[in-house]
Amino acid sequence: MLSEEEIIKTIYGAMEEINDQLSGENKLVLSHETVLYGLNSRLDSLGLVNLIVEVEQRFQDEHGLEIDLTDEKALSQKSSPFRTVKTLSGYISSLSDNTGKSA
Amino acid sequence: MSKTKVILITGTSRGIGKYLAEYYCGKNFLAAGCSRSANTVSSANYIHFTADVTDEVSVKKMFSEIRKSYGRLDILINNAGIASMNHALLTPLKTAENIIRTNFTAPFLFCREAAKIMLKNKFGRIINLSSVAADINLEGEAVYAASKSALVSFTKTFSKEISGYGITVNSIGLTPVKTGLVRNVPDEKMNELLGRLSIKRFADFSDISNVTDFLISEGSGFITGQNINLGGI
Ligand SMILES: NC(=O)c1ccc[n+]([C@@H]2O[C@H](COP(=O)([O-])OP(=O)(O)OC[C@H]3O[C@@H](n4cnc5c(N)ncnc54)[C@H](OP(=O)(O)O)[C@@H]3O)[C@@H](O)[C@H]2O)c1
Repeated sequence: MLSEEEIIKTIYGAMEEINDQLSGENKLVLSHETVLYGLNSRLDSLGLVNLIVEVEQRFQDEHGLEIDLTDEKALSQKSSPFRTVKTLSGYISSLSDNTGKSA
Repeated sequence: MSKTKVILITGTSRGIGKYLAEYYCGKNFLAAGCSRSANTVSSANYIHFTADVTDEVSVKKMFSEIRKSYGRLDILINNAGIASMNHALLTPLKTAENIIRTNFTAPFLFCREAAKIMLKNKFGRIINLSSVAADINLEGEAVYAASKSALVSFTKTFSKEISGYGITVNSIGLTPVKTGLVRNVPDEKMNELLGRLSIKRFADFSDISNVTDFLISEGSGFITGQNINLGGI
């Protein structure tokens, strides 16, 4: 099971990678409250897709954890798990609890 | 893009997929391929995955290994496919479901996973192998033709969703080629199909690689969402 700190660190790593492709005012602030999806997000839809893919790949590379952020649950949740860094972290935590580290 | 290109082809144990794997290995691409049965392609440039294209877990594992080994993927050719000539009234539900899963759902899965790797390099070429059966509406191929029509439709829409990443997605409508896939099709049915083409002959493997060469070339970055039928229909 991953700690919240480890999860946030990996998400921040992905955000930094995405920031390299974004211009000054569009760069994502590394904070729990940063909005990733929906109103007030600095990411357009391509940016969000890039971030999600980057997050998936980093969890696989850094923690050996296969998470599928495009699964049915993610899309059917009433309030999207991608809304903020914090909700994303909570969602990944619930996935990592369910799948176990080797899954 | 000067680096050696990495190409993934599905269904490489025989037929068109095996030909394409050997053809691109011969052109010094790094090729990866898969089939449910064991490897039959012998080239130092080739790695084989024994995997069922309809199995999401094995497919994701395969992409993960490709990403770790090569760090990139430039080209995907969705070739694996199955056919079953039968009157719709005589087609078991299980057969219909299997055809849709193999010919449509699996290519969707491969497109999704491939694009995730390709988007990092802002370059990708995806080709989905369809059939002229999708446009000809030949009796006896109702489910097969529907599966390929779905694939062509997906190709067109997906190409738009992915255009911002430098990834093109096209399909090729193949005409009959002499492989195991059509071995059991009665001559009469085959002649009927060939009779519907402008050029009434079987396709050669090189007719196919001629079009794949064109679509995967760097110069074809402005061609996407298209279906190219061989033979003229
Ligand atoms: N030949 C024709 O006349 C013709 C005409 C129009 C379109 N096409 C299309 O061209 C493509 C290739 O056809 P082909 O003639 O080369 O067929 P083929 O000789 O029967 O070969 C099909 C290949 O796909 C693989 N395959 C099938 N189901 C699979 C699965 N679930 N998982 C992994 N691999 C799978 C097979 O390997 P395993 O069995 O070992 O898994 C084999 O390597 C197909 O999409 C077909 O619809 C062919």
